[in-house]
Amino acid sequence: MALLQRVAETHRQTVDFILDGQPCQALVGDTVLTAVLIQRDRLRIEEFNGAPRAGFCLMGACQDCWMLTEDGTRLRACTSFVVAGMRLVSV
Amino acid sequence: MNNLSPVIVGAGPAGIRAAATLIAAGLKPVVVDEAIKAGGQIYRQPPDGFTRPKSSLYGFESRKADRLHHLFEAIRPQIDYRPGTLVWNAGADHLDLMASDGAAASLGFSHLLLATGATDRVQPFDGWLTPGVFTLGAAQIALKFQGSILGPRIAFAGTGPLLYLVAYQYAKAGADVVGVFDTARFADKLAALPGLLHGIGHLAKGMYYVAWLRAHGVPMYGGIVPLRVEGEGRVQGFAWQGGGRTKRVDCDAVAFGLGLRSETQLADLLGCRFAYDDLNRAWLPERSLSGRTSLAHVYLAGDGAGIAGADAAELAGERAALALLEDAGHVADRRRIALLESRLKRIAKFRHGLERAFPLPPADWGGAALADDLVLCRCEAITAGSLRQAARDLGVTELNRLKALTRIGMGRCQGRICGAAATAILAAELQCAPKAVGRLRGQAPVKPLPVVTLGREDAA
Ligand SMILES: Cc1cc2nc3c(=O)[nH]c(=O)nc-3n(C[C@H](O)[C@H](O)[C@H](O)COP(=O)(O)OP(=O)(O)OC[C@H]3O[C@@H](n4cnc5c(N)ncnc54)[C@H](O)[C@@H]3O)c2cc1C
Ligand code: FES
Repeated sequence: MALLQRVAETHRQTVDFILDGQPCQALVGDTVLTAVLIQRDRLRIEEFNGAPRAGFCLMGACQDCWMLTEDGTRLRACTSFVVAGMRLVSV
Repeated sequence: MNNLSPVIVGAGPAGIRAAATLIAAGLKPVVVDEAIKAGGQIYRQPPDGFTRPKSSLYGFESRKADRLHHLFEAIRPQIDYRPGTLVWNAGADHLDLMASDGAAASLGFSHLLLATGATDRVQPFDGWLTPGVFTLGAAQIALKFQGSILGPRIAFAGTGPLLYLVAYQYAKAGADVVGVFDTARFADKLAALPGLLHGIGHLAKGMYYVAWLRAHGVPMYGGIVPLRVEGEGRVQGFAWQGGGRTKRVDCDAVAFGLGLRSETQLADLLGCRFAYDDLNRAWLPERSLSGRTSLAHVYLAGDGAGIAGADAAELAGERAALALLEDAGHVADRRRIALLESRLKRIAKFRHGLERAFPLPPADWGGAALADDLVLCRCEAITAGSLRQAARDLGVTELNRLKALTRIGMGRCQGRICGAAATAILAAELQCAPKAVGRLRGQAPVKPLPVVTLGREDAA
């Protein structure tokens, strides 16, 4: 189940992106974190212990929300905005 | 001085007021802010295309928010504004910047005014790494900045004014708030009343949130100890101890925070003198009421040099800008300065009251009581036990040595999250006061950079 629920500002235009190979939709102005946590309950799986992570502070302080794109770029999900065509990986 | 401009870091209430004050005196400051829009934490503005009115975003503070946003728009043509730009290093005469597109720049300054604000103060506890546990600030940002809520069933735990405020904002937005779990006791709030009366407006708002939550059937508990977040892979419940019993509740998310901590890294890199502050229970760069620091040409304002809230941040921003102007040879407006300082002193009294009303949990909860296998560091999975072992086996008595040996505070967050816990654990091991173990020293970059920045340098 998703960790985030939209309660307002739902009239915005949609943005198509890819999450774990599947087409997904977000809204213009969503951070990567919002775009993903509206669909999922994690942003990535930790390398060292296989545990899922979903961010913590949402203000760029904790650096807990790193997420990978398919080409291996690391994004700070809470301060990056989702862009059409982004290919994100949460597994 | 040469032709360099004064630079302000941070476009929250403190930074905006400071900029407006410098402009009124005919200067053209550079304002660098990591956020994409001005306003800082409390008056954070949503991205373009969001349409909720300010009354819904900022509640009782919407008039102040509106005033500050308008002030910023009015001064914007007269400042050199660099939004979306991180100051990642600070030297004696220049700052290193990184824009959100990865472009790097070096920026000289005639004077530097730091208004870097605060982030949540947290203490690790069992299950705090579980997806669905966020800070109180994070919960508010999701709602304010993204129109979304964590949950829908959410527990609010910790202490401080934000605890009740954010719980109220969530309940109003339609979240199912399963409870407000305050580590401070009701008796603490009563004892704090005399100090709180110095900020009667804030006190009334706080009481309003509590009354609203009560009227809407939100359970509220005082004097609790958070025990654990339940759930594998995501939050399924929250367990706490209260009144000598252990209890639990089902929920999908936990918002947690123990007040705020100042962002002091830049002052540290500059070499400002620090002192331990009992009220904030933290090492803070020294500043006088005027905002002057131990370094000529460096000034501090707002929550970045001790938590005092948004109103104090505005006053301190103006006061520090006036100090800067005076030091730059402008004639000082003594009456204005006296007025600002007397207001700041009044807020300081209220702030003492708040600290009594929302005391941090007993030191042993964040220190000796933590299990050895509890992960303190979200970046590198360093455990409480490994710190204790270093203290016992290697005779570590100081935080920076503990950092060198265990890597605590060396990860991507630079100790913003784990620093308080590392301090508490080492102090508990040594049975000394937290200040006796020293302070984690800052390192550049203050936040991680994309690799490109270190290799590219465009003069600004
Ligand atoms: C998440 C959160 C929510 C809050 N909500 C409320 C609330 O609802 N009500 C309330 O009364 N108080 C709230 N506060 C308390 C708040 O700290 C103060 O009320 C007020 O925002 C302080 O103003 P300031 O100007 O000192 O700092 P801030 O408003 O925090 O502004 C500091 C600015 O500096 C920028 N900055 C910091 N470091 C750097 C750097 N290295 N490079 C570039 N830019 C940098 C930040 O991005 C930020 O924009 C909140 C605090 C937090 C952390
Ligand atoms: S969630 Fe903390 S930095 Fe993104």
